Amino acid sequence: MYSRAYKAFVSLPPLVWVGLFLLLPYALMFAHSFWAVREGVVVHDWNLQNFKTLYSNPVYFAVLLRTMRIAASVTLCSLLLGYPLAYYLSFHAGARKELLYQLVIVPLWVSYLVRGYAWKTILGSEGVLNGFLQYLHLTHEPVAFLLYSPFAVVLMLTHIYTPFVFLPIYASLEHIPRPLVEASQDLGAGSTQTFFRVILPLSIPGLLAGATFAFVLSLGDFLAPLLVGGASGTMIANVVQSLFGAAFDWPLGAAIAVCILIITISLLFLSERAEKRWSFK
Amino acid sequence: MSSAEANLTNETSPAPGALLEARGLAKHFGKIQVLKGISLNIASGEFLTLLGESGSGKTTLLRLVAGFEQPTAGEIWMGGERLDTLPPYKRQVNTVFQHYALFPHLSVRENVAYGLRVKKTAAREIGGRVDEALRLVKMQDFATARPTKLSGGQQQRVALARALVNRPQLLLLDEPLSALDANLRKQMQSELKALQREIGITFLFVTHDQEEAMALSDRIALLRDGNLEQVASPREIYSHPATAYTAQFIGQTNLLRGEIHRSIITCGNLRWPVEDGDGPAIFSLRPEAIRLCTDGKRQTHEVKFRGAVRQQIYSGASELLEVDCGGGQLLRVRLPASGPITGEHEFVFSLPDAIRVKE
Repeated sequence: MYSRAYKAFVSLPPLVWVGLFLLLPYALMFAHSFWAVREGVVVHDWNLQNFKTLYSNPVYFAVLLRTMRIAASVTLCSLLLGYPLAYYLSFHAGARKELLYQLVIVPLWVSYLVRGYAWKTILGSEGVLNGFLQYLHLTHEPVAFLLYSPFAVVLMLTHIYTPFVFLPIYASLEHIPRPLVEASQDLGAGSTQTFFRVILPLSIPGLLAGATFAFVLSLGDFLAPLLVGGASGTMIANVVQSLFGAAFDWPLGAAIAVCILIITISLLFLSERAEKRWSFK
Repeated sequence: MSSAEANLTNETSPAPGALLEARGLAKHFGKIQVLKGISLNIASGEFLTLLGESGSGKTTLLRLVAGFEQPTAGEIWMGGERLDTLPPYKRQVNTVFQHYALFPHLSVRENVAYGLRVKKTAAREIGGRVDEALRLVKMQDFATARPTKLSGGQQQRVALARALVNRPQLLLLDEPLSALDANLRKQMQSELKALQREIGITFLFVTHDQEEAMALSDRIALLRDGNLEQVASPREIYSHPATAYTAQFIGQTNLLRGEIHRSIITCGNLRWPVEDGDGPAIFSLRPEAIRLCTDGKRQTHEVKFRGAVRQQIYSGASELLEVDCGGGQLLRVRLPASGPITGEHEFVFSLPDAIRVKE
């Protein structure tokens, strides 16, 4: 057994770290959400005014709704891309499995910003896509809605988060014992029935984990709307950023952050319960 | 030709009324040839065991019949229909997997109903047949349980019910008892045999355990390095092994290597008359075929020899002696348990018990 002093010694650094850089900031954020700004100064005047403002001002609610809609779209799109990819790799890629797996992972090594700017280059009015469309004479002038729209945000976030969705799904597919697939075929089920009756139900924990990643990460994203979102693609994190920056209303920004945090934590909680329900050990 | 050889050729030639017929089956995995041209018939209602060491190709042969692997060469026919070109889900064959492969997300009842559900059987019929199958394996009380909550023996029964509920013409069993502990294994062996008699379905059973094969089978097909070594009933394969390998794999034996010269075989100090022509020969002599010689009289069809007991292993009902009969030749002798034996003794065996085998 380790002595008490030794245990304290090894657990102190991580505890200090978590306290200083996680618990303290959260506590400050939480406190700010109940404070107010008067004449350009944050005053420690405890009240619920910030939350009332959020509730009564339809602008914030609209942005939050749009953010959730974008996050849901990103989740759906990355599932539609990530699941078939993971399924193909796990069950049908054969000898090319390792190579394809690396190809899926490689984009994660490229900076988020670089990938964002790449989409700007592709979608812009002088961009690759518009040039291509005009070259084909499908359009005569640049299509404007491609860039600076919720569509562009969904596209970029889907590109960025698909590997995050792919990974847990792939892991759960890899964990399905292959004799189960053989047993299903042996009992008379073709590939389609085997997929829906055996493979899909057993991959639900991975699917839920992937969906949670995509939704929660998209919910808090502020770079994609900044780079390709424009005015119509603004998301809730951009509002928080401007409230903490130009608008200098930290308390209101903190109140929004607390709301997002509550939504996120509830989602994580629900998804973990659902994952437990669908795992069979 | 000895009777064992005659038997071997008889058993592998096409038999009328065979349920399953394998013709020249070969299977390569890359450069490795796992099966080297297997021809085998299984009669309807028969319990046939594929016996062999690991790597002998027995599981591959089973997987070819189930449809999980495609043969490199050869054909499989079942009831006048070509089987090897069909996908697994179109074959009238069901499998009991080595580790049961029960669906963890489905209850026992749903597992058993799976095959009927995917074939769109009417719901009312499914209910009745699932109940019947669960009763057959005495698992009706566990219908709503999850397979992961069951013991190995119980999972084994569910796997059996899940296969049998489809009323397959042929049931494939891939070492189904190997994951069970020794006592449960013995019990499941006798239950399995009783079940097979009761329902009359043809069983193709894979095992590496020769005792299990002897206890269960109507016939044993012994595989060695992708070839059929011998196919015969347990009694036949034990009493008339065709090859030295078979004689050693099934039970214990003494292999006597010698030279035949003018119808007399000489193996060390042992000599006896044979009908075969001159040349080297191997004979298999089971330890229990050798007895202590109690009276001095010598019968014409018996071989007598003197030997010194080197070792004695007591195993309850019998004793296994290691007897040195001169010239460095050691013979194993199994006697009914009769107390310690030491020193030199006279031993005797009957000529028909020395079986000529091929290398």
